[in-house]
Order: sequence, then C-alpha cells, then structure tokens
Amino acid sequence: MKPTPKQRIWMYEAMLKSRLFDDALFEAYWEGKKPVFHMGKGPLPGEMHQSFGQEPTAVGVCAHLGPDDAVGAGHRPHHVAIARGVNLNRMAAEVFGKKTGLSGGRGGHMHLYDTNVNFFCSGIIAEGMGPGAGIALARKMQKKPGIAVAYNGDGAVNQGAFHEVMNMAALWKLPFVCVIEDNNYAVSVTTRESTVVPAWKRAAGYNCPGEYVEGNDPDLIFEAAARAVQHARAGNGPSILEIQTERLHGHFIGDSAGYRSKDEVAGQKDPIPAYRTRLLDEKVLATPAMEALEAKVQQEVDEALKFARDSEYPAADEALERVYA
Amino acid sequence: MAQQAPGTGGSARTLTMARAGREAVIAEMRKDPNIFVIGEDIAKLGGVFGTTVGMAEEFGAQRVIDTPISETGFIGIATGAAMAGMRPVVEIAFVDFIGVCFNQIFNFAAKTHYMSGGQFKVPLTMMIGYGGGYNDAAQHSQCLIGTLAHVPGIRIVTPADAYDAKGLMHTCLRDDNLTIWMVHKAIWGLGWLGTAIKTAMATVPEEEYTIPLGQARIWREGTDVTLVGYGITVHHSLQAAEKLAAEGISAEVLDLRTIVPLDREAIMRSVSKTGRLVVADEDYLNCGVTAEVLATIAERNPKILKAPAVRVANPDIPVPFSRPMENFALPDADKIVAAAKSTLRPAAA
Ligand SMILES: Cc1ncc(C[n+]2csc(CCOP(=O)(O)OP(=O)(O)O)c2C)c(N)n1
Ligand SMILES: [Mg+2]
Repeated sequence: MKPTPKQRIWMYEAMLKSRLFDDALFEAYWEGKKPVFHMGKGPLPGEMHQSFGQEPTAVGVCAHLGPDDAVGAGHRPHHVAIARGVNLNRMAAEVFGKKTGLSGGRGGHMHLYDTNVNFFCSGIIAEGMGPGAGIALARKMQKKPGIAVAYNGDGAVNQGAFHEVMNMAALWKLPFVCVIEDNNYAVSVTTRESTVVPAWKRAAGYNCPGEYVEGNDPDLIFEAAARAVQHARAGNGPSILEIQTERLHGHFIGDSAGYRSKDEVAGQKDPIPAYRTRLLDEKVLATPAMEALEAKVQQEVDEALKFARDSEYPAADEALERVYA
Repeated sequence: MAQQAPGTGGSARTLTMARAGREAVIAEMRKDPNIFVIGEDIAKLGGVFGTTVGMAEEFGAQRVIDTPISETGFIGIATGAAMAGMRPVVEIAFVDFIGVCFNQIFNFAAKTHYMSGGQFKVPLTMMIGYGGGYNDAAQHSQCLIGTLAHVPGIRIVTPADAYDAKGLMHTCLRDDNLTIWMVHKAIWGLGWLGTAIKTAMATVPEEEYTIPLGQARIWREGTDVTLVGYGITVHHSLQAAEKLAAEGISAEVLDLRTIVPLDREAIMRSVSKTGRLVVADEDYLNCGVTAEVLATIAERNPKILKAPAVRVANPDIPVPFSRPMENFALPDADKIVAAAKSTLRPAAA
C-alpha cells in the first residue's frame, strides 16, 4: 500500500513539526548553560534526547494509526509523540516543567503521557515492550478494536524484556507491532558491536513476520508499516518492523559523539529536505502550498513554545499530589 | 580535631571523585590480571560518568568490555566469572537501571556465598551513580540505597569526597564479596554538571590506601546537634553547619561513609555528646537509611536524645521533573538548618 498524496503531505508536515520543535528546544536548551555546561540549569534542564534524523520512523508508522490504537515510545520520544498527535502546547509545557504540561511538570521530556491519543513513554530501555503488549492484550480481552505499537531503539533489542514480550505477544497473537529504530548507535556502541543477529531476523524465533526497511524513507516505511499494522489488525499477532534511520546529533544535547568518525558523520543524510524535494518534484505540492504549510507548522511550534514559556511553574508542594490514584 | 587524611605528603594532588575512583581501579588492574571492567559505554566513551576514561587504551577490549544493553545478562555473567576466579568490576551508570537486573544482584550475586555454605565467593564490585538535583526526573534521579541496603550479602560504600572515593574503591576491589561503590552524581565531578563541588574534591595521595568498611568520618566537630549524612548530604550538612554556626549553634557533621556495614558506634558517640540528631538523606524516607540511624539509637539508648530526632529525606514521591517540585523533594542545607533548629527549640509545654 502506497501513501496517498494527502498522507504524504501529512507525513511531511509531522516530520517538519518534530524538526522545528527540536530546533526550538535545542536553542532554548543552551540558555543558562553557558559558559559552564550544567545539565540542571536554564529553562530546559535535564537530559534531552532529540529526534533529529529519525522523524521518518514516526510518521511512516503512525500514519496508519487511529484513535483506538496506542503507542509507547522511549527516551527519544518527540518525533513519535508529534506524529501520534500528542497536544503540542501541553507537550512543550511538560518539557519546560510547567503546570500546564501533560503531567503538570512531573514527567519531563522522557516521560510524556497523553491519554487522549493513548501515548506513553519510558526512559528505561525496552520498557515500551511489556506495557505496549499489555495494552494490546487488554484490547483483545475486552474485544475492542485497536492495536499497540512499541518504539524501541536498536539498543533495546538486547534487553530481556524484548525477548520475553515478543514471545508472549506471538504466543497469544496480540495485536502488537514492535518497531525498532536502527540508528546504528546505542549511545557510543554500534549495532554490530552489540547484536549478533539483527532484531528483524529474530522474528523467525517468534514465528512472526520481521522486516527491515532501508533508506530512512517515509514512503518505504509507510508501505512496510501497512503490512505490520494490517497483520495485527487482522488478529494474526505481532511483527517486528526494523527501520534504518539516522541519529544526526549526539546521544543527548551535550554529547559531542567523539566516538563517531568524521567521515561517517559527514556522510549522513537528512531525510526531511530529501522528502521535501521529492514532494515538489512529484508535484504532490507546489512551492507556494509547500511554503504555506511550512509557515503554518512554524507558527504552531512557535505558539507551543510561547505557551510553554508563558505558563506558570507548579507550586512546589504539588510534588506530593498524584503519587496514588 | 576533624579527621585528617593520612598520606597527604608530596605525592598528593587535588582530584575530583571521578579521577580518584578511576585511579584506584587502574592501579588494581595493573597488579591483578583477573580484574576486568564490564558495562555500557565504558570502552570508547570512557563511561557516561567518566569512570573508565583511558582504561580501554591501557588494558584493551578484553578487559574493558562494552556490553549490549543487557544488564541482567552481564551482571549474571560477571557473577559467574567471579565465582570462577575473576574479579569483575561492573558499571551501571544510573542506579535506576538496577530495576531491570535486580534479580541477578539480590537473588544470586548477594546470596551465593551464603547459599553455597561459603564454597563460592563472588568478589564483584559495582560502580554506580545515584541521585538527582539536575532535573532528570523519576527514572534517572533515584538513590535506591535503602533498597540495596535491605538485602543481606551486599556491602555498600558511599564516599563523599575524592579521598574516600579512592580509598573505598581499593577496599571494594580487595574484598571477596559483592561490593557496591556508589557516588552521587552532583559531587562526582562530572563534566556535564557544572564545576565540581569544592568540598568533594580532595587531596589524594598517589600511593594506594584502603579505608576500612564501617568507619564513619567526622567532617566537623560540634556540641549542640549532630548532622548525619552520606554522599551529597554530607555537603548539604557542611553548609548547614556553617549557617548554624553563624547563629551560634555548633553542629557536628558525621558522614556514614559506608552504609553496609554501618558505624553504629560513631552515631552513638556523636549523639551522646550533642543530644540532638538530624539525619539527611536524598533517598526515600520510608524504611530508608534514616530509619536505620534512628533505630540504632532507639535500640541502644534512646535516653541520649534531648529532643526528638528529625529526618530530612525524599517525602516518598517519585523524583519530579519540574524544578520547584524537585527542589521540594530533595534535601538541602536550608532544610537541614530548619530541622536542626527544631531540635533545639524548647519542647512545647
Ligand atoms: C535499562 C536501561 N539501561 C541503560 C539505560 C541508559 N541508556 C539510555 S539511552 C541508551 C541507549 C539506547 O540506544 P537505542 O536503544 O539504540 O536508542 P537511541 O538512543 O539510539 O535512540 C542507554 C544505554 C537505560 N535508560 N535503561
Ligand atoms: Mg540506537
């Protein structure tokens, strides 16, 4: 199944939104952190794992999801959250630690939750697997429509939870898609240095479909994701969808990625300008419409950042609330 | 007199805790080919916290091993290697990640010596970072020292400065048990958390030395109130003691230094002298180290307390991300000052 022009425009828009959001955060992150870098200073404290280069993995899969579906992401969640349709203002406010944030400032950038679109995150590696498959189990037990998708990095596939959950998801034919974003790095360790058999090939061990998508290309990811999502919706159980992608920045802001060679870094391709050119070349959008779309996205991101900055911080003792239901 | 570091002669330099700890590991590795280091991002990167900078170059990939993100697997592997005569050093950067592999630690590594009737030894040292204060939220800011201390068979050391970081690391590496060397991120001297806290840097001799387990350290003597802490709360307590001194209150600062074993005599000695006690801990309050300190007094001689003791710790909430809420959750000098003053107030009639 190839994406329609409308779906392709949506994919470009969501990728751009993620990129402009990350651009804005990147700039804001350095406020208060110069000349001496201190992660805890400035309006955007804490670790910040951004999605530069990985936007296609989010849009190619989330393009197939509807309101009944659920998505779990990891420590690098912005692109997935945005493609899933998490409220951008409240997400920005959460990342800034404001009272108007998705979790009232309790979570921060690694812990974005939005029940309106069935979205959750965890900063612990491979933690989308169990809870993701658990949501899939609930849909099945309650005879409700909807599938669950768990996003994992290439590093997550060697965590015990990955194997345990894939086995159960396959055993119980859960409506579940395990997405692997292969950016070839887990902090400084490459996939080749950590993984004997690529994750998608391991699907054979769980007797489920496994596919590898090369090229970091939204259109190709869309097509492959269509198969995995359809498989899950049809009640045939899980699949593993591994997607080659790029981490264009360090592991988090502040990581200079000195463990990568200069040539390798120079050879990386940014998927967003490439997709823009394709949409123009294939006349999916004419330049004026493209520019209007881009201006709209920029405005949305600007507004989200403004909303976040203008919002109040929570009162200190709100920390005590919400520990228990 | 506050206890002075021995051996601070001509060969001593001022180091961060990161460098001091690393120096001990390197020194032991040069002598003992059975020591190897294993963990995530420790070879090329030198450790997320710089624990292993330079080690891969010196000792090679056989002895400084980058692992997949498979904590259960590599802690199990290290435990087995230890049972077979190796002396592994395992790095888990953030203590929070121990959640995924706790079984290997508490059900196997910690108990194997006992369950085997002493047949198997597990000489394994873990290097772990803990603590918050830089807005890294609920899964990257915990201490979990009380959780670990609850399990028999584990020794836990929590140095508060570079001198102790090195000496306690030597002690751990020479011990035949599962030992956990834990440093609070904010005092470690990490490049990404600003300039190193001065009181955590120390004069460190080049030569090797060990620090006995279960020997607390008095950082500052005082007569009115005892401030007990470990790791970062030692530094909060030192600041608090300064502030209290300005108001004419003389506080003694006692650093537990090792949590298991705990120097209960030192606690009793200090509180017998001052009659008042504040225990500060960044870990969760409930069933934590603070409770153990108070229990020591309750069991041995509660009469030494002239006023109820006060605990300053995380009020049992996941560490929140947002700055005002995180500050609320964590101990600091002002909270310790307020607690100390409350012990000095005359009891209400
Ligand atoms: C259980 C656990 N171990 C270690 C970490 C520390 N950690 C955070 S991100 C990361 C690398 C993840 O690599 P990958 O899964 O490939 O995702 P990427 O960062 O490349 O997006 C590591 C080791 C963690 N968060 N959880
Ligand atoms: Mg990766």
